[in-house]
Amino acid sequence: MNQIVSYLKTFSLWELLKGLRVTNRNFFKKSVTLEYPDEKTPQSHRFRGLHALRRYPNGEERCIACKLCEAVCPALAITIESDVGDDGTRRTSRYDIDLFKCIYCGFCEEACPVDAIVETRIHEYHMEAPGENIMTKDKLLAVGDKYDAMISADKAADAPYR
Amino acid sequence: MSDDTVNIEVDGKPVEAKKGEMVIQATDRIGAYIPRFCYHDKLSIAANCRMCLVEVEKAPKPLPACATPVGEGMKIFTRSPKAISAQKATMEFLLINHPLDCPICDQGGECELQDLAMGYGRDVSRYNDGKRVVKDKDIGPLVSTDMTRCIHCTRCVRFGEEVSGMPQLGTTDRGENMKIGTYIEQSVDHELSANIIDLCPVGALNNKPYRYSARAWEMTQRATVSPHDCVGSNLYAHVLRGTVKRIVPRDNESINETWISDRDRFSYEAIYSDQRLTMPRVKESGSWRELDWEEALNQAADVLRDAGADSGFLVSPSATAEEGHLVARIADHLGTNNLDHRVTRRDFSDQDNDPLFPWLGCEIEDIEKQDAVFVIGSNIRREAPILAHRIRKAALAGAQVSLASSSEHEYFFDVANSLSGSGLVEMLAGVAVAAGAGGDAIAKLVSGVSASETQRSIAASLKSADDALILIGNIANRHGAYSAVRALAAAIADASGAKLGNTSEGSNSAGLSLAGVLPHRAREGAARAETGRNAAEMLNDGLDAIVLVNVEPDADLKSTSDAVAKLAKQAFVIALTPFVSEALEEAADLLLPIGTFAETSGTYVNVAGTWQSFGGVATPVGEARPGWKVLRVLGNLIQEADFDYVTSEDVRDELVAALGDVEPDNAYSGSGSIARPNGADAPAEEIDTALYSVDGMVRRARALQLTAEARRAADGDDQ
Repeated sequence: MNQIVSYLKTFSLWELLKGLRVTNRNFFKKSVTLEYPDEKTPQSHRFRGLHALRRYPNGEERCIACKLCEAVCPALAITIESDVGDDGTRRTSRYDIDLFKCIYCGFCEEACPVDAIVETRIHEYHMEAPGENIMTKDKLLAVGDKYDAMISADKAADAPYR
Repeated sequence: MSDDTVNIEVDGKPVEAKKGEMVIQATDRIGAYIPRFCYHDKLSIAANCRMCLVEVEKAPKPLPACATPVGEGMKIFTRSPKAISAQKATMEFLLINHPLDCPICDQGGECELQDLAMGYGRDVSRYNDGKRVVKDKDIGPLVSTDMTRCIHCTRCVRFGEEVSGMPQLGTTDRGENMKIGTYIEQSVDHELSANIIDLCPVGALNNKPYRYSARAWEMTQRATVSPHDCVGSNLYAHVLRGTVKRIVPRDNESINETWISDRDRFSYEAIYSDQRLTMPRVKESGSWRELDWEEALNQAADVLRDAGADSGFLVSPSATAEEGHLVARIADHLGTNNLDHRVTRRDFSDQDNDPLFPWLGCEIEDIEKQDAVFVIGSNIRREAPILAHRIRKAALAGAQVSLASSSEHEYFFDVANSLSGSGLVEMLAGVAVAAGAGGDAIAKLVSGVSASETQRSIAASLKSADDALILIGNIANRHGAYSAVRALAAAIADASGAKLGNTSEGSNSAGLSLAGVLPHRAREGAARAETGRNAAEMLNDGLDAIVLVNVEPDADLKSTSDAVAKLAKQAFVIALTPFVSEALEEAADLLLPIGTFAETSGTYVNVAGTWQSFGGVATPVGEARPGWKVLRVLGNLIQEADFDYVTSEDVRDELVAALGDVEPDNAYSGSGSIARPNGADAPAEEIDTALYSVDGMVRRARALQLTAEARRAADGDDQ
């Protein structure tokens, strides 16, 4: 009897099919592969990517140099120097985020009392030269200016849950 | 139970309290914390914040712990529901008008209100009406105001009335309209005024130069000692990434209590002034060239080796004892006795009778226990604000404070007797006659002198007092007839049974005297075989090399008006200095950058004879190096043996071991008759102390130079 079963299995390629079981199961499923970068997966509005510093609608910087983000940052990626600004208010004279140190935990955003530092949905960025990993205040403000609409929309979408 | 204690019970624990003390004092001692805003150890009791309400058995309502005296059998509950709810209610009222601007407030992170709000505040306010807004005041360049944050604890008002004695801040209106202010627009400019920054429990009064530059939690607190006066106030430097951001007091009951002078608090600004010397520099045919340390030190060593016995050392009275010890050793090696730290002194005639270990005559904290104090030749509020504060405390406790000086200065207590004007020696001679003082030393000085009413009164106050102190100040130290003044003061002390003290120049006169930075006396107090040139003589021609250690020829060498020109004529001047100025560039040939007190480790021996060692707190600016290290390498290069110190502690320990047991002692043993000075005293403005020009750091501290006091001094007005 065993001999007969073995004989049949040999000719029906049973072992081969058994080995290809997972492959075959997926072979007939609907494909989920996306043609990145032409196609992209949907993102949560809470996605934590590249940082940005925001401004008020009148163009004034939001950041008040309270240094809470610096204090809460578990990776010590943020360095802030503060001083009296031109208008006599508390302002940063330096605001650096080291993207190599950053672990994208989003604590800075949580700590910020004025919603100045945010993490945008941008995750497609790269560095070409040493030092480009440091996001300076100017670079962060430029990101904020460029993606202001997206950041505002994301903040609005998240507002009901806060 | 003795007569002066009572038994109380705090939270069920039996406690023995002193009769008459307040509940909060008893609970503080046993460590049961009661929240408070207006209560402060060093100030009177106001009981106006109501935060310290506690439940007391049988009392119908909660009582303020700071204003409730303890009574026998009192049962106090600090954490009972009734006490906590009263405290929470108080906090809710305080928060009604307090702005929610903690993120931009410099007090954020070290705020008493913020801390207590974490424990006693509600998370959501029940108050919906308008909040009070108060206009900020401009009270000078040292203290910033955000009066909306004020919770009316009145600590600052009480400080002005009780501690500084200059009540410039006060309250107007009442209830919700109550405001703290200066009544009329003016700056708050007592020399201790900035202590209100520490007293303010919220962010209403804050440090102006420090404004917005750092947060309390990110700075490291490092202990150091003040270099600006003989007191050696204990300080903490708050350091961020190697940079001093601010200075705050370090409590030391026996020295500065909990106060520091504004000078100590704000002089740190000079560390980062534009005038810092950041690289060694050499003058070559009239123009300056920067060079590296190795080349600079080799050049300095060559110059000193060539000069040998024809070299001289002028050391700042605020140099550390380590620097003094190394200078003395290098001078020994070179075979020169030309070294001195008494850069402001004019009269060296009786220097052999100078005390080896000069001091105040008593501990600093004992000043306030004196029954009579006689301050000779001193502008003590400017010379040593902390000593002036102690003298004021003595005066308020009933001591007779008498003064004799070149000009009248303002004091905020009742001065019993005051002598002023030119002729300090004649004034003292009269007091000496009245006190019945005699002796060979002063025979010529008192002959034919008769005492005036005031002089007799001073002598009587000293004689009748159980504890009396005679203080010789810096105006006397710089006086053209210092030896006569000192001999008379010693004779008066002798005749009246008073202690004799000297408030010395700089922060370390005693330490440098012990280290042997003197032309006539070596380290262990032994007389030098041959007396070298003193600070004034060194400027005269004839030396091949002069080393200036933290001395600025124009501002620090006060005894001669033309020090710069005299030094410029000298063969070669090496200046170890943290700062560079036009005068230094003219006078010196080689500039070596050294650190300020914040960037070096060292030891100061204060006026009470206390050795206070401190470590460097900040990263040196530019290529500056601690002074003792520069001197050590210099010693190595001129091949002095056994000069391989690794730390400043090694240097100090060697000095301490060499000294053995030296006790501070001002005893005057001179017997040679001192001649009556001829000619008038030096003009007061030359020998008087301007509060904000005592040393290079203070002169370059921006905020201090903006004060009303500094501007008045610059305009040449009488202080």
